[in-house]
Amino acid sequence: MNMVVCVKRVPDTADSEVHIDASGKDIDKSRLSFGINECDNYAVEEAIQIKERLEGTVTVISLGNKESDEVIRMALAKGGDEAIRLEDDAFAGGDALAIAKALAAAIKGLEYDVVFTGALTDDDGFAAVPVALAELLGVPHATYVKKVEILEPGKKAKVGRELEGGLMEFLEIDMPCVLGIQTGINEPRYASFKGIKQAAKKEIALKSAADLGLEASDLGEAGSWAVLDSFTPPVVGEMAEILEGEPEETAAKLAAILKEKGLV
Amino acid sequence: MKDIFVLIEHRRGEMRDVSLEMLSGAAKLGGTVVAVLLGKDVDAFADKAAGFADKVLYVNDAMFDNYNSAVYQKALSALIKEHGPGVVLMGNTAQGVDLAPALAVELGASLVTDVTAMEMEGDKPKPTRTFYGGKLDAHFTLKDADLYILTIREATFVAEEPSKSGEIVKVDNPVTEDVPYRKFLEYVEPEVGEVDITQSTLLVGVGRGIREDKNLPVVEELAQAMGADLAASRAVVDAGWLPSDRQVGISGKTVKPKLYLAVGISGAFQHVTGMKGSEVIVAINKDPDAPIFGIADYGIVDDLFKVVPKLVEKVKELKGA
Repeated sequence: MNMVVCVKRVPDTADSEVHIDASGKDIDKSRLSFGINECDNYAVEEAIQIKERLEGTVTVISLGNKESDEVIRMALAKGGDEAIRLEDDAFAGGDALAIAKALAAAIKGLEYDVVFTGALTDDDGFAAVPVALAELLGVPHATYVKKVEILEPGKKAKVGRELEGGLMEFLEIDMPCVLGIQTGINEPRYASFKGIKQAAKKEIALKSAADLGLEASDLGEAGSWAVLDSFTPPVVGEMAEILEGEPEETAAKLAAILKEKGLV
Repeated sequence: MKDIFVLIEHRRGEMRDVSLEMLSGAAKLGGTVVAVLLGKDVDAFADKAAGFADKVLYVNDAMFDNYNSAVYQKALSALIKEHGPGVVLMGNTAQGVDLAPALAVELGASLVTDVTAMEMEGDKPKPTRTFYGGKLDAHFTLKDADLYILTIREATFVAEEPSKSGEIVKVDNPVTEDVPYRKFLEYVEPEVGEVDITQSTLLVGVGRGIREDKNLPVVEELAQAMGADLAASRAVVDAGWLPSDRQVGISGKTVKPKLYLAVGISGAFQHVTGMKGSEVIVAINKDPDAPIFGIADYGIVDDLFKVVPKLVEKVKELKGA
């Protein structure tokens, strides 16, 4: 089984304040930490587990600048074999379609049975890359995948998709295919020290838009479905009544409110 | 203005809420609203949709008995080519997300997913969606195209009362060949756990802010002091810290307790959808911009590890008194 796994380096905003920068089209990333997109981490693990069971190769691909090497190397350290990074200034401003076009161009020349991506990213959350990528490659797809069972290596897989309410939809899909992986499908491992040392020496092949044979109309904003005009703070309903004070005071205030409402 | 297609979503004999929401929303955009219904013997859905649409295109075929995006894509692509709508709306659901991007690529349409607000500028939709888990709104201009596809987040539009009586047009299934490369097998229900949190009166919801499973006793103690059950966000369940039957949200359970005390939960839409119907919502989170404060009744902006132990003390005092 030859597998490709697409990973993206994203800012960790789940637990941090997010501020719009002066351009109005981006956020101030200077105080944010970065790491692998959460779903992609599970996608890497899924590919590596399949490789361990059935043998084969895992090629890691990321679109991003030099800083993305850290997430690529971590995937290599866990068991990835080869890596490609797509870097070009012309990729800037691209949405899910432009990213999918670049990934498709890079993957087309590879021999693969399954391409794994995260089902969605923590930053834009388009959730469109795996499904668009499959269509560009001309292969079947499934996304929100939370279970993968290889029925016949290189030929058929049984896949479980997570639907609303935790219901699972099982389907049979032919390979080659693209699977968009949802969080919780497995338990992502930590890289071993030895793996990290070995990964540090591996070469990451760099590909520009020209290397990939992409035209200007495929790239960045021109290659996208839509262009971001601006960010604004979200429109929120009535804000919560914020209880002020030190923990001792806020806890006492809250406990009193709960008591008054008959909730404790 | 060209027609607006709205894809009716249904599963296992039930029409999903987002369908009528989209029809109601589409009616305000101007133009003819066409409900597109693919299913097997779902006449009742056709009748229902007709109350909200100017026309219902109904394909009745066993091929659509269960959802399969590969089959749906073939059918929709043919119907779109034949009827030439300017806009297609579908739910930003596990169905819509598995379908819309491939359809857009195939047809050369412009697509924006997970739309939370939209208006029309002439023939072209102008969508807004969220970024960074709901921390920002992002406003987009779609690239000029013959067709615009938008996937609409649930509850973006409000389903109104039926006010139309659209014509139901039964059309032949445009998909004449079997789709061999992707086959529906079965649905599998989620596992049932020890505690049914949909029945709980008081819930303490725990999120990513708890950081490590060894910190769980902090919230367990609170739940115990309050006589509440523990619920969880997706991140906590994915990490294996609490079982999946505790998960609240789109892919988990929908709960409506008297009190939902959200601890270390940022309040991404996926979670909020499952608990916004709670009578009283309280949030403890150190990020003042966390979206959870937008739906909570009361909030404490502070480190949960400092506040929760104090709250346990205070609750015990009050209960003892």
